[in-house]
Amino acid sequence: MTDASLSGANASTEVPLKRRLRRAERTRQVKALALIAPLLVFLLFTFAGPIAGMLWRAIDDREVRQVLPQTFAALASWNGKDLPDEEAFAALASDIMAARTSGTIAIAAKRLNYALNGFRTILTSTARNLKTMPEPGTAKETLGKINPAWRERTTWTTIRDASGPVTGFYLLAALDLVRNVDGVIVAAPPDQAIYRSLFTRTFIISLSVTVLCLILGFPVAYLLATLPPSRSNLLMIFVLLPFWTSLLVRTCAWIVLLQSKGVVNDSLHWLGIIDEPLRLIYNRFGVCVAMTHVLLPFMILPLYSSMKAISPAYMRAAASLGAPPVTAFLRIYLPQTLPGIGAGSLLVFILALGYYITPALVGGAADQMISYFIALYTTETANWGLASALGAVLLLATLLLALVYGKLVQGQQVTGGMKN
Amino acid sequence: MLKRKIGKIALGFAAAFTASAALATVGQARDLTVVSWGGAYQDAQKKAYFEPFKKAAGIAMNDESWDGGVGVLRAKVQGGAATWDVVQVESDELAVGCEEGLFEKLDYSKIGGEAAYIPPSVNPCGVGAILYDFVLGYDKDKLKEAPKGWADFFDTKKIPGKRALRQGPKTTLEIALMADGVAPKDVYKVLATDEGVERAFKKLDTIKGDIVWWKAGAQPPQLLASGEVAMTSVYNGRIDTANKNEKKNFGMVWDGALFTLDSWVILKGSPNKDAAYKFLDFAGKAENQSKLSENISYGTSNKDAAGRLAPAVLKDLPTAPDNIKNAVEINVAFWLENIDRLTERFNKWAAK
Repeated sequence: MTDASLSGANASTEVPLKRRLRRAERTRQVKALALIAPLLVFLLFTFAGPIAGMLWRAIDDREVRQVLPQTFAALASWNGKDLPDEEAFAALASDIMAARTSGTIAIAAKRLNYALNGFRTILTSTARNLKTMPEPGTAKETLGKINPAWRERTTWTTIRDASGPVTGFYLLAALDLVRNVDGVIVAAPPDQAIYRSLFTRTFIISLSVTVLCLILGFPVAYLLATLPPSRSNLLMIFVLLPFWTSLLVRTCAWIVLLQSKGVVNDSLHWLGIIDEPLRLIYNRFGVCVAMTHVLLPFMILPLYSSMKAISPAYMRAAASLGAPPVTAFLRIYLPQTLPGIGAGSLLVFILALGYYITPALVGGAADQMISYFIALYTTETANWGLASALGAVLLLATLLLALVYGKLVQGQQVTGGMKN
Repeated sequence: MLKRKIGKIALGFAAAFTASAALATVGQARDLTVVSWGGAYQDAQKKAYFEPFKKAAGIAMNDESWDGGVGVLRAKVQGGAATWDVVQVESDELAVGCEEGLFEKLDYSKIGGEAAYIPPSVNPCGVGAILYDFVLGYDKDKLKEAPKGWADFFDTKKIPGKRALRQGPKTTLEIALMADGVAPKDVYKVLATDEGVERAFKKLDTIKGDIVWWKAGAQPPQLLASGEVAMTSVYNGRIDTANKNEKKNFGMVWDGALFTLDSWVILKGSPNKDAAYKFLDFAGKAENQSKLSENISYGTSNKDAAGRLAPAVLKDLPTAPDNIKNAVEINVAFWLENIDRLTERFNKWAAK
């Protein structure tokens, strides 16, 4: 290859070698792209598309506009300081009458209720009690009589803030922020500010599980990589067996082991170590134990493959040059396992971030992770905007972490002088 | 070479698309699909409704199970490929789904008329299927003295041990208020005020360290059986099933129970509407409903169903006069309005 390129560089050809090389390279790339095109198209349609659709719901805010179109038109000239004028009230009355006929009032009520608790009742009761269109000039009075909330400025700013077509409302809520009546972003009231601490909790649990997996997995991987094949294969089966067992089964097994009259507590009691059963489950401890067990293979396998590639000759060389075992391990062996540590940790951490079943079954009320809330808002309360916003924040945080990790590992990679 | 390969891939794709298109058309001409809650309850439904209906009507049907959530139904209907026809839903799913237009408006003339059913079970979008309770459940073999009501549930001196409640504010706050001395009929009046919410959380604070939170209906009997908790809130049917099938000796307290209804709905745009109505008509008849109550302890919606039951069966049903006397109906409107706010509040409290 090098000889050819040297002689090529000296030969005077019409097309310079560089360009020919690039052309050949391009043809190769196009062919490669053509080969993966079916998979790419498939992934776009079944994976990227739906995810983008879900993320779009985090900012999509067209529900209220569809139900109250005239109201928004009338509010366009409102300064937001005092109550809107008669015209806006009349427009609202007419919108409510129309929405009652088409049965869409609940859609607006649900969205407005997220922003102002009680709005569902304000709208539905108004729709129920507004029998006929108010006489011209009396709309303000009539609506105020039906529900005094229409005399409040906040009622109207809530409607105005839901004008769409896109909103930051859900994303702000996912970060414990709200817009106040003047449109300034402020911290959410303490009762409702739960999401930041929830993200923190999710990250802390994931990190603890990752660290535990590393501490437990490293020696096991080392043993697997250094034993003769006959015995390491047997051990490998022990590592893989739980890997192939259902997540639910493993989680329930921990319940049997850790509950107050479970195997662990009974054994300790029988040995006379404890008098009262220890609380090992339905708390943070149980979540960490069960998740570590479930995710351990994801740490062991990358570690094992990176250790398999390390030649024992390096450690012998270090010893022959007078390095004590600890130094040799820290300066020769450990750096070579870094890619494995990195890959295993990232894998475990990201898998742990999205864990749902295990914390739900063995955690207490204070150990539920973000996935539990995404599921709750998706299926139970059908607040898809907030569910998508929480998902978007989690996705962004994960991507950022992966990027940071990538940068860190890139600067650290030691390949034992064998650059490939 | 590559060109020919791409041609082959395209051919493969074309074949796959035709196959899936063919499958989709098969899907449109599918059998009637009825969806319920699974477990012992669906087994009882199979005996009382599904199997006899197949024989009597000669209509092919299959049954599936789900875990609830109006979001699931919304995804099914809005996705345009709903594979379900008749679904059993909880009261809040019924209300929200009805508002969102996810269900067909029911023509009661096809299912025996509105007069055949007890009033709370008649709804424009759905017809009542069962009435059931959240009761206080305990293990008679483990407790020296039986608890009398929710006040005992919060009294860890009188009855030591842990307690289990359903995770989330719904049912939990009502129970806390009743334990604090609020009469069942006033629960939602008190809970509608900020002071009432404070009061409920204050009461919960008193046993916060002793509560295990359950998330699925199957968990409370397990928690009782393993001795993990001394008392729990639990669906009454689960206690009964555990006593019958697993020879447990669990007890229930009907005083201050929270009752609610589940309803049958027909999903919007169902291609099997006629068969669905035939099924609802069958499942609404008193003689069939009484068979369900004989298999599982839930009350049913037909006015004449309870009258066909032996007194021994009736006494364990939520609809028995003695049992419903001091029970309170879970207020759907209240929870629709406040579920998001109180869920946030509940989790804030739990994390403290």
